[in-house]
Amino acid sequence: MAALRVSCGAAASYRLFLGGRVSSARGQGLWKAAAAKLQRSPGCQILRLRHTTVVTTRKNVAALRRETYTVDFIKKQIEEFNIGKRHLANMMGEDPETFTQEDIDRAIAYLFPSGLFEKRARPIMKHPEEIFPKQRAIQWGEDGRPFHFLFYTGRQSYYSLMHEAYGKLLDVENRQDQLRAKGLFSEKTKARDPIGSRWLIKEELEEMLVEKLSDQDYAQFIRLLERLSALPCDAAEEEFVGRFRRSVTIQSKKQLIEPLQYDEKGMAFSTGQGNRKTAKAKVAVYDHGSGRIEVNGVDYLLYFPVTQDREQLMFPFHFLDRLGEHDVTCTVSGGGRAAQAGAIRLATARALCSFVTEDEVEWMRQAGLLTADPRVRERKKPGQEGARRKFTWKKR
Amino acid sequence: MSAGIMLKGMTRLISSVHKLDPGRFLHIGTQAPQCLAAHLDNQVATESPRAISRTSENDPAKHGEQHEGQHYNISFQDLKTVFSHGLPPRFVMQVKTFNEACLMVRRPALELLHYLKNTNFAHPAVRYVFYGEKGTGKTLSLCHSIHFCAKQDWLILHIPDAHLWVKNCRDLLQSTYNKQRFDQPLEASTWLKNFKTANEHFLSQIKVQEKYVWNKRESTEKGSPLGEVVEQGIMRVRNATDAVGIVLKELKRQSSSGIFRLLVAVDGVNALWGRTTLKREDKSPIAPEELAFIYNLRKMVKNDWQGGAIVLTVSQTGSLFKPRKAYLPQELLGKEGFDALDPFIPILVSNYNPKEFESCIHYYLENNWLQHEKAHTEEGKKELLFLSNRNPGQLERLCAYL
Repeated sequence: MAALRVSCGAAASYRLFLGGRVSSARGQGLWKAAAAKLQRSPGCQILRLRHTTVVTTRKNVAALRRETYTVDFIKKQIEEFNIGKRHLANMMGEDPETFTQEDIDRAIAYLFPSGLFEKRARPIMKHPEEIFPKQRAIQWGEDGRPFHFLFYTGRQSYYSLMHEAYGKLLDVENRQDQLRAKGLFSEKTKARDPIGSRWLIKEELEEMLVEKLSDQDYAQFIRLLERLSALPCDAAEEEFVGRFRRSVTIQSKKQLIEPLQYDEKGMAFSTGQGNRKTAKAKVAVYDHGSGRIEVNGVDYLLYFPVTQDREQLMFPFHFLDRLGEHDVTCTVSGGGRAAQAGAIRLATARALCSFVTEDEVEWMRQAGLLTADPRVRERKKPGQEGARRKFTWKKR
Repeated sequence: MSAGIMLKGMTRLISSVHKLDPGRFLHIGTQAPQCLAAHLDNQVATESPRAISRTSENDPAKHGEQHEGQHYNISFQDLKTVFSHGLPPRFVMQVKTFNEACLMVRRPALELLHYLKNTNFAHPAVRYVFYGEKGTGKTLSLCHSIHFCAKQDWLILHIPDAHLWVKNCRDLLQSTYNKQRFDQPLEASTWLKNFKTANEHFLSQIKVQEKYVWNKRESTEKGSPLGEVVEQGIMRVRNATDAVGIVLKELKRQSSSGIFRLLVAVDGVNALWGRTTLKREDKSPIAPEELAFIYNLRKMVKNDWQGGAIVLTVSQTGSLFKPRKAYLPQELLGKEGFDALDPFIPILVSNYNPKEFESCIHYYLENNWLQHEKAHTEEGKKELLFLSNRNPGQLERLCAYL
């Protein structure tokens, strides 16, 4: 009985010791060794059984954990990526030295064309840093002592960052006090460009620090950075704050505006193309007209007997207050009646961009007149009656 | 003294009513005594918005170029007699809503009235055909000319929609007169009733020139008024189609004599030469000429008689087996119909021109029909113009209630 208790105790302490090693990659092997040792010990039938069950559950939990990639593994992947990049450049007939990531993307899209709608499901070839999630290196040494002084707070990167930022804030305030004491203090407030950059969002910060944050932590950090940026800082602090800002590109600058064309009689006109579902439309909008619209050679009242379609045609002109001023000639094919109306609407909006100021183009974009509607018919799946509709469920 | 007080009272009443609702003005105005009529007319002349869309000239004979685009009023008396069955159903609803029947004077109708005023009754009857795209106003132009002829005391033979005779007929009887043909008793009897209300005063004047035997017991003697034939058709529904045939024959024969002038107005004349959707008991289709009514009507529309005019419309709306975009007489009548109607004078009815469009919008605004706050503004009018493309039918549908 005493022997049993001792072995139980020993087994228990063994388990505790091994439990501390959960985070290391070698934990698996140690566990198996421990299990084998305990199995060989005599007289511990019940313990053996308990250990075997515990081992199986621990294995499942290990599988559910994120896969840890070793540093050697990542280094090997990077080498393979670089070699693969050179091979790809050779294949495409380009210079391997000056083969950028955009060239890689284009080459992959050419060699492996995919019709999948989800962009993230298509074949990609990117640097392993972007593919494998960042993982923390082991944060304690051989003796088990952690490297960072804030390790035992649980969130060492976050607190160290806060510490650094607060230190910078105190430095700036000290400098200000000194300047004020000397009398060289000047109130200069530089307004950081409010549009064009934004603070990091919580997910981006988590990715940067490789640590989980709570909402309050994130809010605290942003408040500290705002406080720091409100004071006059020099280049080092600017650079520090700049690491946590991302630029916001303005969408409308991507819209190409065609210049006006002139036909034989000297009338200004502009063309545009649009599509919606399966309908494609090509439109020519003439200036100095009377609001006449001709679709495939037929008047629009006869081509679109339904009022809803004519309202769609009216939308771009009504939005720009140019209802009776333009003549339109267009050809449209494919799709159904509403799809054709939507296609012509998009094409006329695009054509009208040439007649109109930049501001009005931006308003049209915000109104949604210049965006192609991406909705297409969803395919029917096998085992279901339609795209979403399932067969009638029968209990028996 | 009391008359004077009554006069003062009436003016106050009418002026207060006038302030309330100008739309109702005309309706109550007709009941005012004659001595106030001049006073009321003065009030009408001073109000400028009404001058754009309305005219006080209610006699179609006096309509000219200057009235183009303006609405004139049709009295309720005329509505009940002449137009008991002639107006399109949407127009009837509008009349009921606004409590007045106002028709716009338009160029095609004016052209036709000009021709009608200058007809030579010694020559064979001229055929005029209104054609145009859907909803442009062919039926209402026809009604305008019918109103004119009714005022000029012609005999009106108006078939409101020939398409109704070639489809959806429940009971087809084998004709008593000719075994190969078919009778349509219900439609014929309704038509005879409407014909009677329209031309009451003529029916006693015109005498039948032959003896007609209906069955063993009943017959109509020679020299009896036409009204008897019509009565017979209304009462004995079985013989209604034959009664119609007799009426048509007699009128054709006697119009050349000069006692009366005959106007034959058929809406949707392309039904006479198209196809029918009616079938015999053995499911074989019936051709239009096998229907007695259509057969007689074809004879009527031929120009081998004098003393009147024939005004026709071709329309795709009720037609059978014709494509939606067809509107030319050639396409809608087919080869057979075109040859039968040739020669005719085609009159194109097109969409509103800007002045007529403005006038129509004004009319709706006056009757407080357009309730949207933007309806008064220029932008609102431009929107309506775009959406309807100045088509009268489309505009009416756009402005209608939901």
